[in-house]
Amino acid sequence: MTPNRLSQLSVLPFAAILAIFAGLPLVMVLLLSFWTFDGLEYRAAFTLANFAAVFASPVTWKIFGNTLRYAAITWAITLVLGFTVSFYLVFHVRNLKLQIGLFLLCTIPFWTSTVIRMISWIPFLGREGLFNTGLMHLGLIHQPLEFLLFSDFAVILTYVNLFTLFMFVPIFNAMAKIDKNVIEAALDAGATGFQILRTIIIPLSRTGIALGTIFVVTLVMGDFFVVRVMSGGQSSTVVSAMKNNIDQMYYPQAAAMAVLLIAVVLGMVASILRVVDVRAELAK
Amino acid sequence: MQSKLTFWVLTAVFVLFILFLYGPMIAIFILSFQGPTGGMTFPMRGASLHWFADLFESTRYGDLGGAFERSIILGLLAMLITVTVSFFAGLGFRRKFRGSGVLFYLAIISLVMPGVLTGLGIGTLFTTLGLQTNWLVSGLGAHLTWTLPFGLLIMFAVLNHFNGSWEEAARDAGAKRRQVLTQVTLPILFPGLIAVALFGLTLSYDEFPRSLLTVGTKNTLPLQVASLTSNVTTPALYAIGTLTTALSLLIIAAAFAAIALTGRKR
Repeated sequence: MTPNRLSQLSVLPFAAILAIFAGLPLVMVLLLSFWTFDGLEYRAAFTLANFAAVFASPVTWKIFGNTLRYAAITWAITLVLGFTVSFYLVFHVRNLKLQIGLFLLCTIPFWTSTVIRMISWIPFLGREGLFNTGLMHLGLIHQPLEFLLFSDFAVILTYVNLFTLFMFVPIFNAMAKIDKNVIEAALDAGATGFQILRTIIIPLSRTGIALGTIFVVTLVMGDFFVVRVMSGGQSSTVVSAMKNNIDQMYYPQAAAMAVLLIAVVLGMVASILRVVDVRAELAK
Repeated sequence: MQSKLTFWVLTAVFVLFILFLYGPMIAIFILSFQGPTGGMTFPMRGASLHWFADLFESTRYGDLGGAFERSIILGLLAMLITVTVSFFAGLGFRRKFRGSGVLFYLAIISLVMPGVLTGLGIGTLFTTLGLQTNWLVSGLGAHLTWTLPFGLLIMFAVLNHFNGSWEEAARDAGAKRRQVLTQVTLPILFPGLIAVALFGLTLSYDEFPRSLLTVGTKNTLPLQVASLTSNVTTPALYAIGTLTTALSLLIIAAAFAAIALTGRKR
């Protein structure tokens, strides 16, 4: 058997499963977005009506704008937070055992349920939640703050809580590979801490930043549950609107919206992958 | 002096970050032991196991036991498949082969595709083919679209530390292909494979968006819990959270122990 054949045989189950459960469904969504819906059921007859309806509706643009806004804010916060925490662990915690221990401490919540972690914010943020009662006890406020729960604030807080790990882990991995001698050399040559950060650490962490960005942006753009629960139904994103369509059996409209969303997401991911060759960097 | 200040500021940020990660989890852990008359927020009105008992006795929470059982079965199946399939895929990807670029992009698409949409595609694919969606087939497949690409990425990282000349040495010494695999490659990569297994099991056990339109008529645990969030307004919700988080922590601890043990043997 040639090496080429052996490799192909070795990846065959992987390729088959993904082709059936990711490739074909993607094609299916694409087809569905061009099918006709007559109010009761959908059938395979070509139409552009779904896209026309989606494009014509001002709601579409509003929810796309809203989704992108959530994604941008969450991305900025998780990036700063994930970068800072990684920077601290890699360059300020010298003891390797302690470093690994703290790294694991940061990653454990990743393996627990996101639904549960989201619910956990409710006793904190409610009218009679910990924040409000705490602030009232301190005499800082006299009435409970209403914006804490069921608001954009609650949605973004939950996103940051759930998704910072996806930013932190890739950045940590990239930073941990930076040769400490390079930084010593820069220090010897008289570089300031800020110069080292800007010219060495940030550029050498770019694979991690790229991977983290891909994860965080796609997770926020694909979410509907956090926004539904934490905004109290007051705010919607593309997928939550789509989910409403699906619940009302408007599958083709949902699919048209889905195709738009997939196009936006894949466009973003492709442009990130063009700038940073994640695969080559991972194999380093 | 300046770097000392930086250190303490960063330490403070780190401690706050950890509090931010764990604080809410600890709060619902405490609140799940709320007394029978207590509500969903502090103060605690006594301490009891009332809400845990209520989960097992009351019928208000639907088929929690069944949902839990299905989630565990799905998680274990996803784990076995993810470990085996990504192990071989990782080995295959060490060399460039015809189609490797396309396959890598399929894996990336599968990873970044919003989960509900993956579910929508699988659901309509099954309906169009005249098949029923079912947690063991379409549900499992949907979970694999998330666990397999993750498994592949981890295999890439694991294989970074693996030197191909070890296999070559075994081959030169006359080992057959199967012997190289079972006596050299597999034992050396074993700790990494436990990490892949941990991801396969927990990502599937907690998966929510991909399950939504693919599990058919029977819920998995995250779906059941999500549906309870809108109509259960008692600490019972937190009791579920405490139990399922405790199980996750046990699994994580077992995986870490296994990695440490198998890593030390050499």
